[in-house]
Amino acid sequence: MPRSRPVQLGAIGVAAGLFSGLFGVGGGVVVVPLLILWLDYGEREATGTSLVAIVVTAGFACALQALYGNVHVGDGLLVGIPAVGGVLAGTAWQQRLAGPAIRLLFALLLVVTAALLVVRP
Amino acid sequence: MIAAILIGFAAGVLAGLLGIGGGSLFVPALALILGLSQVDAQATSLLAIVPVGLVGAWRQHRYGNLRMRDGLLVGLCAIPAAALGVVIVNAIPERLTAALFAMLLVYIAWTLARGALRELRGGDPRRLDGDDDDAPRPA
Repeated sequence: MPRSRPVQLGAIGVAAGLFSGLFGVGGGVVVVPLLILWLDYGEREATGTSLVAIVVTAGFACALQALYGNVHVGDGLLVGIPAVGGVLAGTAWQQRLAGPAIRLLFALLLVVTAALLVVRP
Repeated sequence: MIAAILIGFAAGVLAGLLGIGGGSLFVPALALILGLSQVDAQATSLLAIVPVGLVGAWRQHRYGNLRMRDGLLVGLCAIPAAALGVVIVNAIPERLTAALFAMLLVYIAWTLARGALRELRGGDPRRLDGDDDDAPRPA
């Protein structure tokens, strides 16, 4: 990175945090494309760096939601534990893909996410 | 319940592949299969996201794809905004905001796909060998 861009990074964080709190997503759907499109990150870097931001954001939002009494620990572990196995497979798989392919898959993910937001009960 | 476990695994694969927490799959799995309310499903998905993000970030660090400082900055700036989002979602009907957010996501998807398709058609052949020439920069 030729220069640090703390203002852009901070703005990306604000947008991601707002959507995280509102919709229960970690903010990756906002962080990854903005890192790629705005800060010219490579696809793999954007996804890896996004995960760091997600841990911080989701951890805090989770604690706040727990204060509201909205967190179901058993159900969270039921989907979260198999997901840890999945993330090991997913990161390994990603290393074998070309950058534009990752970006196309991400675009598909965004469309599906948008559809789920609209059709959910 | 088996379906919820399988969807959890799939969410983890997507998390590693695409750098998301997996909430887009956790939330419908928790709401539609395990029967949580929408707000509870969103809150509980955050609990699943944390270990997924930790393990995924650790793997990407090992693969050399992590800018730790940038990620921490993004995450820390997100916290006050996330708190605001939680307050809002507990106070207002979420239907309209969800629809607006969905439209924004489709627009971003189009922008990403357009650039990727242009590169795949040969607009920037350096990217085709999978060697991200703009990726490795000194931290």
